[in-house]
Amino acid sequence: MNAIPAELLHIVIGLVAVAASVGLIGLVMVWVERKVAGHIQRRPGPFEVGPSGVLQPLCDALKLVGKQLFMPLGADPILFWLAPVLAFLPVLLLFLPLPVGDGLQALDINLGLLLILAFSGLAVLSVLLAGWASNNKYGLLGAARGVAQSVAYEIPLLLSVLSVSFVAGSLNLATVVEGQGTWPWNWNIMTQPLAFLIYSVSAFGETNRAPFDLPEAESELTAGFHTEYSGMGFGLFFLAEYANMVVVCAVATALFLGGWHGPVLPGPVWFVLKVSALMLLMVFARWTFPRVRFDQLLNINWKWLLPLAVANLLLTAFFVKLAQFA
Amino acid sequence: MTRYQNIDHLAGDFYTQNFAQTAAEGNLILNLGPQHPSTHGVLRVVVELDGEYIMRAEPILGYLHRMHEKMAEVKTAAQFIPNMGRVDYGHALGWNWAFVGAVEKAAGIEVPERAEYVRVITCELNRIASHLLWWGAYLLDLGAFTPIMYAFDDREKVLDILQDPTGSRLTYSYYRIGGVAKDLSQDCLDSIRAFIPWFRSRLPMYKDLVTDNIILRKRIEDIGVIEKDACRRFGATGPVARGSGINYDVRRNEPYSVYPKLDFEIPTSERKCARGRYDVRMAEMEQCLRIIEQALEMMPEGDILVKGAPKPSWKVPAGEAYFAVEGARGKIGAYVVSDGGKNIYRTKLRAPGFCNLSLFAEVSRGTILADAVAILGSLDLIIPEIDR
Amino acid sequence: MKEALQTVSDLWSLMVGLNVTKRYFLEPQVTVRYPWKEVDNLATFKGHLELVSSKTPGKGKCISCGMCAMACPSNCLTVVKRKAPKPTPEEEQALAEAKAKGEKPKDKTPKDPEKFLYDYTLCSLCGTCMENCPVGALDFTGSAYLAGYTREDFHFDLVQVLKNQAGLEGVDETAAPGAGQSEG
Repeated sequence: MNAIPAELLHIVIGLVAVAASVGLIGLVMVWVERKVAGHIQRRPGPFEVGPSGVLQPLCDALKLVGKQLFMPLGADPILFWLAPVLAFLPVLLLFLPLPVGDGLQALDINLGLLLILAFSGLAVLSVLLAGWASNNKYGLLGAARGVAQSVAYEIPLLLSVLSVSFVAGSLNLATVVEGQGTWPWNWNIMTQPLAFLIYSVSAFGETNRAPFDLPEAESELTAGFHTEYSGMGFGLFFLAEYANMVVVCAVATALFLGGWHGPVLPGPVWFVLKVSALMLLMVFARWTFPRVRFDQLLNINWKWLLPLAVANLLLTAFFVKLAQFA
Repeated sequence: MTRYQNIDHLAGDFYTQNFAQTAAEGNLILNLGPQHPSTHGVLRVVVELDGEYIMRAEPILGYLHRMHEKMAEVKTAAQFIPNMGRVDYGHALGWNWAFVGAVEKAAGIEVPERAEYVRVITCELNRIASHLLWWGAYLLDLGAFTPIMYAFDDREKVLDILQDPTGSRLTYSYYRIGGVAKDLSQDCLDSIRAFIPWFRSRLPMYKDLVTDNIILRKRIEDIGVIEKDACRRFGATGPVARGSGINYDVRRNEPYSVYPKLDFEIPTSERKCARGRYDVRMAEMEQCLRIIEQALEMMPEGDILVKGAPKPSWKVPAGEAYFAVEGARGKIGAYVVSDGGKNIYRTKLRAPGFCNLSLFAEVSRGTILADAVAILGSLDLIIPEIDR
Repeated sequence: MKEALQTVSDLWSLMVGLNVTKRYFLEPQVTVRYPWKEVDNLATFKGHLELVSSKTPGKGKCISCGMCAMACPSNCLTVVKRKAPKPTPEEEQALAEAKAKGEKPKDKTPKDPEKFLYDYTLCSLCGTCMENCPVGALDFTGSAYLAGYTREDFHFDLVQVLKNQAGLEGVDETAAPGAGQSEG
């Protein structure tokens, strides 16, 4: 029997770890979101099931799994059931290039960032399919908005990320992290603050999180593109959203906040801490701000973020070239 | 139409099909409601959308018609007061007052002065509670999930205070013909005195969290501009009219009770948009506190129910009377006609929300669907009072 | 330039908002976790009606006049008066003697009601019955935590409820099963 290539083994182990952690992340994030939301609103959040409500997400998951899967009349069955699957599966791939620790990367590939950006574009397709296949006017409106929003916010995201990789000289996330130091003043956020701001806003737009959550606006369009989904279909969209959030925060930590660098504690611990801090910020932002209206949302993108991102990129390129000559 | 012939006849009911007859080609006909997450009640609005722009909108009422005016025909005057607590649960005491005032006017009953002051205090507290409910629900419509919880937390205090004399927390039937049912106890007065400075300290927090927030400002500024003549044509009153610059408040223009003795301002705004109405309501909450403070100072000792107050078998003398009150949503009116019999012959209830909602069809033309929700919220509608 | 400054101050308002929610995040919660805790201001709350007890335990002050039933806007009260008791032979003789003399016999029926049927599903808690009772026999409980599984759980016989409260077991089958356990 031929020996299994080490690369393949590496990737398979990585995938298994990612699949497990995505499930775990989903559960933990649901609990965190509901508890934080509760405490902001001066109420306890879940507190019945398990100590301080930690088993609540598990019960919710069981409930979702146990629900009847049905399709509305006139919906396209293939597309209808393809949409949540398409939303969830590519997200597993997004976790592979992330450098969790020194040398701890499931997939050490020179195009890590490109992989992440490319596969996160598949989420757009799933939104569109979900809205169209639902045979529902609200769903259609929500899907149209979702597609416009996702496509729009990908561009400043890409440009701000490019600025950082220009400085680091590589699209491999591990290389970018190694280029940063242990202390905050050595992190990329010091050299690329504008890119960080643009990236943050685009991250909210890409993951459909408040204040940019119009595609799933509850009070305006009765849950938008996933109106007709119940049970595990909805659960998959939900999980995909949280997993996307984690990916986006993880990329932000790797690019701007020094990745796994940090004093005293081991690398992965710092990585997890930084990602958690950013996730907490995203949760806080959801429960504090009202929703941005759709045309204002697109305005922010095309009139503010895009020009700023382009300017930032040009400036970065200029200084990088200058440094090469020096 | 769908590709399934057997359900084509289900594509819309009578109203939608009627509406669709004059719709332009390619426009989407959408029903907002009657089951709608925006907490107005059971309102249905049929809109014709061209992309995201509303070409036409038509509110369809009647989903919550409970025949209050018919119930008035089979009940005596004293028995109808609990109904008035349920017409508009936001400002139930305003409706209480309108009806009781109309009956007192028809019968020529003079209310003792202490009762008048108690009515003023409780009505203004109810107005604060109503505005807090509006504020929280409006922000919930716009996507902010926390301000409603803060508003309801503050509202708890008001409800606890009002629970003392009335016994209820939402649907009050506290006023009686000739006064009020129960006096304000010393505990109640103390808690009101403690509430006023505490609530004043909360208002800056609302400003920080919400009013100054750039996202909210962009959502409600220059949205739903209502011109003065539109207000006049539709008979809009209350913060909707005052937000467009019309300085009309029933407490000033057609004074009743002890309001002429109290010193307070009528906030108006020249902005005419949803932001104007928002500012008017936030300023009104501060003015309510002023009124309550003065009323507490000036309240005399005395009876809270006139001597010889009507017993259950009392009949309203033949005649008619109209009494109007400034409610949280506008001018609440009750027109009572009696023929001297056991039951009131006819009661007509003037709901401010009905006239305010009629503005929506005109105002929403050409706006975006997301703005329609913002406009509806700024009109402060409570559908039970519109449908009665 | 002015616009840029305006934008900065606008974005600062977002930070101020986050500060407010952060402040509330760190403060204690106000929720009362029922059923382990209950609210403490139910003394003035209008819960369902009860008959006020007179000096005799298990007997109310009600004199079966029916004012409350007449005044109620929702017709939820029914007062069942007691029938006159069957007179003993001595009493019958005394009655005949009194009739012969032309006196009006004294009515010996007890005044308190046999049954006081109260349909809580119709009651609007307005207080008209309580205010119009000439002897003050009705009052509101503060029971905000009343719950039941069937509609019959809310059809009370308040006389029975009063007896249960006083510990006297009545053999009345028409009393609602949950009636005696709801007093707080």
